[in-house]
Amino acid sequence: MSESTPERAHALLLLRGMLLIRRFEEKAAELYQAGKIRGFLHLYIGQEAVAVGAMQALTPDDAIVATYRDHGHALARGMPAGAVMAEMYGKANGCSRGRGGSMHLFDASRRFFGGYAIVGGGLPIAVGLALADKMRGDARVTACFFGEGAVAEGEFHECMNLARLWDLPVLFLCENNLYAMGTALERSESVPDLRAKSAAYAIPAETIDGMDVSAVEAATRSAAEAVRAGGGPRLLEFETYRFRGHSMADPELYRPKDEVARWKEHDPIAGFIKLGREVGTLSDAGLQVIERAVATEIAEAVAFAEAGPWEPLEDLTSFVTSEPGR
Amino acid sequence: MTAMTYREAIRSALRDALRTDERTFLMGEDVGRYGGAFAVSHGLLEEFGPERVRDTPLSESAFVGAGIGAAINGMRPIVEVMTVNFSMLAMDQVLNNAATLRYMSGGQLNIPLVVRMATGGGRQLGAQHSHSLEGWYAHIPGIVVLSPATVADARGMLLAALQHPDPVFFFEHATLYGVEDDIDEHAGPADISHAAVRRGGKDVTLVAYGGSVRKTLAAAEELARQGIDTEVIDLRVLRPLDMETVLASVKKTHRAVVVDEAWRTGSLSAEISARIMEGCFDALDWPVERVCGAEVPAPYAKHMEDASLPQVPVIVETVQEMFA
Repeated sequence: MSESTPERAHALLLLRGMLLIRRFEEKAAELYQAGKIRGFLHLYIGQEAVAVGAMQALTPDDAIVATYRDHGHALARGMPAGAVMAEMYGKANGCSRGRGGSMHLFDASRRFFGGYAIVGGGLPIAVGLALADKMRGDARVTACFFGEGAVAEGEFHECMNLARLWDLPVLFLCENNLYAMGTALERSESVPDLRAKSAAYAIPAETIDGMDVSAVEAATRSAAEAVRAGGGPRLLEFETYRFRGHSMADPELYRPKDEVARWKEHDPIAGFIKLGREVGTLSDAGLQVIERAVATEIAEAVAFAEAGPWEPLEDLTSFVTSEPGR
Repeated sequence: MTAMTYREAIRSALRDALRTDERTFLMGEDVGRYGGAFAVSHGLLEEFGPERVRDTPLSESAFVGAGIGAAINGMRPIVEVMTVNFSMLAMDQVLNNAATLRYMSGGQLNIPLVVRMATGGGRQLGAQHSHSLEGWYAHIPGIVVLSPATVADARGMLLAALQHPDPVFFFEHATLYGVEDDIDEHAGPADISHAAVRRGGKDVTLVAYGGSVRKTLAAAEELARQGIDTEVIDLRVLRPLDMETVLASVKKTHRAVVVDEAWRTGSLSAEISARIMEGCFDALDWPVERVCGAEVPAPYAKHMEDASLPQVPVIVETVQEMFA
């Protein structure tokens, strides 16, 4: 493949997107250990192909709803790494002005409608976003990311039902990383097959290798187009794995080390690099260029966060409601 | 002026909103074909069609949350939940999303959502349809809580709620739906920042809201016959509380009674009592008294339910004792 084909450019864009998340998360873990980031920190390492692949299928007019493990989605949507990092620092130049933190990233200008930290709690929001689009006749898609743990929640079932009943343009994107915190899917579901649940609501579903960014992108494109064309909701299940604990506080007693090691052999980034080398889209020099650019972007993000001001305490109650002082 | 019921006044506000603002729509359980559990939305499906008067499945969390999502995305949804007890199923969406999204996003999101529901006891509907949980809602920063006690307010406050940029929870006391009054059917939005003095007086301040206002006014008439001149304040807005109106009255009368059919413990009545103490302790000639609902799940039998709710004689006796 030649140097300048669109395919090559796109492959490099995917790789850069995934590497940005990986290195950002590694840096975040380091900053957490250093006490710069506090609260909960849920790393996305291992799942990068899902956010990066899926986001390719969405237009700037589409809406995104994510979970508390939302750094990857925010970055893949194009939110500036500095605004995300500053939010994790709790600074006023963070994307949520220090009021949200790692679990609650927002960027209304990019229609990134937030990280939701009550499992399943973002699904009704996604249904409502889609309802508004449908009522206005806008050909938009609402992409709703959630983990497989959410399918045990009533809100999942209520929302699947409502989305189908009203034929809403929602794309349900389930990241099945096998564990709801420490509870494996088969230990919490009488029917662990997610497609069977989707079938119960007559919502077409497909299971995709979530470690393969190209497969994620292709499946999401096709599903998003079906949704956009007015076909009603779709569900995609991405089989993936988080390489790190649930949060930084996780001793990982619930999963065997060899299972983690096995999944790491399917590292979405290493696999994509290997493939790129095989087909000739990626050279060592090309990889270095990307790594350097990503390192620069993250260094700048950290600098932006470090330099950011703290929100003045006089503004503690700003944004509780639209009227100041209420 | 037109004679209409509290129910019709709400319907008239809904109709005005649906006619004048294409972003507005109504959704909830049985709001369409059934005409509303309390017949509030009767006829609206025929006038506005199923897109804008939407029957929902029995899934409070999904449709309240969908209201939030639609509001974020440029619509002005009105969600009807049949009763406050059912709204507990949507509390995740109320507390964790409606009340937080504006703050958590650093002011990026507005949620112009109105959620209406019936509340309160007095209809022998037992312990899962009769409670008065407005105080729980009023506990939550980030939302507005309204409780119209009159026919005019039912219309005017709902119209105002529909112009508010934040989530408004609108509590309709179920014993008021049939109450009739002459109101201006073309009146615009009412004030939703202030309490209202429903009866002027100099001896004691009675503070009430929702379904307790009528009972408190009846008690005031009885007390007037006995020579006690009461001032009756209808709170109207339960969050944010208009304490200025309450404190101004108590500074004048030096005595206060809070009438609230909700449970006493950890309640709005406790909050108002505390704020009177904080705001004008020196003006008080008597401890703040409270007439509240009995601390029982709402009983079914009429004599027991009556005994569990504030009634006119109890309000009268409570005030009499302050002057004994």
